[in-house]
Amino acid sequence: MGEEVKLIGSIQSLFSFRIEWALKLKGVEYEYIKEDVRNKSPLIFKYNPVHKKVPVLVHGGKPLPESLVILEYIDETWKDCPLLPEDPYERAMARFWAKYCDEKIWQAYMAEGEEKEKAMGPALESLAFLEKEIKGKKFFGGEKIGFLDLAVGWIPHWLNVLEEVGSMKLLDAEKFPSLHEWAENFIQIPPVKECIPPREELVSYFHSALIYLRSLSANKP
Amino acid sequence: MGEEVKLFRTWSSSFALRIVWALKIKGIEYETVFEDLSNKSPLLLQYNPVHKKVPILVHNGKPIAESFVILEYIDETWKQAPLLLEDPYERAKARFWAKFGDDKVLTSVWNVFIKQGKEQEEALVAATENLKFLEEEMKGKKFFGGERIGYVDLALGFLANLISIFEEIIGLKIVDEEKFPSLYSWMQDFAEAPIIRDNWPPRDKMIVKFQALLDATIASSSSSSK
Repeated sequence: MGEEVKLIGSIQSLFSFRIEWALKLKGVEYEYIKEDVRNKSPLIFKYNPVHKKVPVLVHGGKPLPESLVILEYIDETWKDCPLLPEDPYERAMARFWAKYCDEKIWQAYMAEGEEKEKAMGPALESLAFLEKEIKGKKFFGGEKIGFLDLAVGWIPHWLNVLEEVGSMKLLDAEKFPSLHEWAENFIQIPPVKECIPPREELVSYFHSALIYLRSLSANKP
Repeated sequence: MGEEVKLFRTWSSSFALRIVWALKIKGIEYETVFEDLSNKSPLLLQYNPVHKKVPILVHNGKPIAESFVILEYIDETWKQAPLLLEDPYERAKARFWAKFGDDKVLTSVWNVFIKQGKEQEEALVAATENLKFLEEEMKGKKFFGGERIGYVDLALGFLANLISIFEEIIGLKIVDEEKFPSLYSWMQDFAEAPIIRDNWPPRDKMIVKFQALLDATIASSSSSSK
């Protein structure tokens, strides 16, 4: 296409990684601009004035935030290695579960005490669905990685960080054997393996992020 | 076509209305199944076991939940009167604004309605900030979709009527014509568009419903000590 592609992302943002994986899978050349979410640059305010967050994809100068929106854009713009299936019903299912997993597992990580007990239910439910979906398949997309693989692709490396920091156990290898196997396979594929951040860095970041996020909700009237 | 399309909804759900409007805009025949959320039918629980909510679209026996997921499915399955434009960047922007509508605008407008005192003041500040973004996006356009109603119009459409209902009940202006001229004008145009106007729940019934919700919230917060 010849137009410049930039990805403004951060090692602290598990949502950024989805976009890197998608671009790498499709063989799209891009420039990675590193942000520190604790010390945001003017670029973020310029390209994502609404949410002031990463990731933001900038294609030919036009900015696009919101990782799942970006994934769909990437799929529609670069047709190699399609992420979403062809069939509208299958597409609907992929979108539904991507959204659900994002919301529920995050809520479980954020929650404390009684709230956490409540939040664990939907989080485990989303893992149970994924377990059912992945049985007999190598990836959610079939033989190849698809939209849902990228959407929940943070699970292999990040979930146990969130589990440790959030004091919860979700992905039990005995309860979710197929999902566990998928996670092991996913981590090994080259675009993913290339950009996995060090675990200690993630633990330290999410630990301080959790304290900060919980203090925000505690201070709400 | 021999296809069976059913829509599970309630009489007032704004999310379900998006689907009604989309089906009507595309001229798709469908059957409505009204649900009482205080007494959910076995079919609803079967079709949406995850959220147990409406709307649910069932197409030839296959259920889909989540209104934005349903809208995209409808657009991909029935190609007439497209809701999303062809261009990937325009489509991405539409998805972005629809999500913003639900995540930020709806939440902040709801808080202006349901909260009191200082909390309401703070909610109004947040709502105004969010509405400013929409105002900017709306400038120079009749609808968010351009000349025709599109995806974002359907996503935000609840604003067109619900806001005036909230304003009437609480006696507070949320979308001021002077502050938000483009948004205000969109609200009028959208509410008056034939398909929308003919498929909006009765205003008096809506006022009764939301007044009751507000009364119940005030009653429960004054009876509980924090």
